[in-house]
Amino acid sequence: MKKIYTRPKTMKEAHFHYCPGCGHGIINRLLMEVVEEMGLRDKAICVAPAGCGMLLYNYFDIDTLESAHGRGAAVATGIKRVRPENLVFSYQGDGDLAAIGTAEGFHAANRGEQITVIFVNNGVYGMTGGQMAPTTLTNQVTTTTPNGRDPILAGHPVRICEVFSMLDGTTYLERVAVNKPAAVVKAKKAIKKAFQYQLDGKGFSLVEILSPCPTNWKMGPLESCRWIDDVMTKQFPLGVVKDIP
Amino acid sequence: MKKLMSGNAALGEAAILSGCMCYFGYPITPQNELTEYMAKRMNELGRVFIQSESEIAAINMVLGASATGARAMTSSSSPGMSLKQEGISYLAADELPAVVVDMVRGGPGMGNISPAQSDYLQATRGGGHGDYKTIVLAPGSVQELTEIVPLAFDLADQYRNPVIILGDGMLGQMMEPVDFDNIKPPKEYPKDYVLTGAEGRPSRMIRSLLFDTKEEEEHNWKLVRKYHRMQQNEIRYETFLIDDAEMVVVAYGIGARIARGAIKRLRQDNIKVGMVRPITAWPFPAPILQELAKTVHEFFVFEMSAGQLIEDVRLALAGQGHIHFYGRPGGVVPTPVELYRIIGRHYYMASGRKQP
Repeated sequence: MKKIYTRPKTMKEAHFHYCPGCGHGIINRLLMEVVEEMGLRDKAICVAPAGCGMLLYNYFDIDTLESAHGRGAAVATGIKRVRPENLVFSYQGDGDLAAIGTAEGFHAANRGEQITVIFVNNGVYGMTGGQMAPTTLTNQVTTTTPNGRDPILAGHPVRICEVFSMLDGTTYLERVAVNKPAAVVKAKKAIKKAFQYQLDGKGFSLVEILSPCPTNWKMGPLESCRWIDDVMTKQFPLGVVKDIP
Repeated sequence: MKKLMSGNAALGEAAILSGCMCYFGYPITPQNELTEYMAKRMNELGRVFIQSESEIAAINMVLGASATGARAMTSSSSPGMSLKQEGISYLAADELPAVVVDMVRGGPGMGNISPAQSDYLQATRGGGHGDYKTIVLAPGSVQELTEIVPLAFDLADQYRNPVIILGDGMLGQMMEPVDFDNIKPPKEYPKDYVLTGAEGRPSRMIRSLLFDTKEEEEHNWKLVRKYHRMQQNEIRYETFLIDDAEMVVVAYGIGARIARGAIKRLRQDNIKVGMVRPITAWPFPAPILQELAKTVHEFFVFEMSAGQLIEDVRLALAGQGHIHFYGRPGGVVPTPVELYRIIGRHYYMASGRKQP
């Protein structure tokens, strides 16, 4: 019998801790598929975040380093400047990159650091229990916006790709999603392209991935996937935001 | 051959000779000469220099560089050191080596840019969150600074722990003749933990997150055992005229230099005062004070703060002897003459003799 689907060799044999319907598991797997397909297991170093993605070193069979909340891009900078021959990427959530770590992400991008940021945008702080994130949509209910996010009191959802696109150090920024098979295929392509740009020394690359969080959205997994298409992509349109080949 | 250099520049050159491959810094007075020196020299040598966007970013760049096995350093002054504490806690938890320089200035808050010694407790008590310690080296001259820098890198590598160089604005900015003859090429240390890409070996992870409380507790005890080894092996201090001393001054860094001048004057008046100068503020040289307390009753703590070093002296003496104190916080630097008068007054008060 022919095996058509198996665990990438770059993944450890472990069960994900993610909630049912969460997008992190898909994104974790996509990253390791890409690392395996590009033959980068021996060269890759991943910087793990604080938040739901923090345990990725239990799943990735590559060298990994934990970073404090928000500091992923600075930590990745330190690694990459010493070891320019390695593939260095950080994995960061929306609170991590768009709130507490905006300065580190923004300036790594502005310096054109040869790193890739995998930016998981699910619009909430997942691990801490569903508080408002910088990417929470207007009127979206979270535990810290119980009446919905009021822009007058709590600001507006941040579009990181668009903000970073203004920085001359960035070369490739794309927003993708993992809410349906076709989107997953596109997300994988984007990750591959970002890694290739880094290997080619083209500058800073970032892939923003809209990812479902059924637990904190208080929705079923299917409803969450639909909500990304119907609501989330209106604020965060999918597609290439910047590409300088 | 000796060269005339500022403490900050000499520190930079000593770091380069000690094999510092990466420097990350953010401007703050009074340590800017170090960042500027590194900007020039690291680029000349093809090593890594980044002017970071903040002290927080700088210390986290150090963490990334250190995880690859490179000798890395950052520097700042008091308000910036507060920002670095997050990263220092992670370095300690991850057991990663790093050298962090604090050229202390007046505080709290914005304070001022004058020399001070008011970050002593922050440096010697860990400074950030969690149970951890850093070795704290407190040089008292520009020449000693150049000798402390290679030691700092070696201790950081040997114990896989951040090491703090605790200077002050005066030490950083004053110029003195120095040589670098004592600095040998860096030793090799085991690097079986570093991240290089998992070529030909199992993948590695460096992390401090331990959800299992038993595992986290054991990690803490492991760190404590390491700190005990530091306390056993790494205490450094200098004594000055203690053999016949009736009063022993405890002071460090620039404070000790001022005290030395005061003691020389007191000796001219036949007042028997000596000094213990901690070179490691942590681990603190408690044993020498305990030994002295067997024969000396009067101790005098002088520091350019409202009273931080005095806590360690109290802990070391544990009720023995009598502790006098003179502190000048806020960036004030007293003269040796001022200190001579103060110590002399305390000496006569304690001895019951009439001051001439």
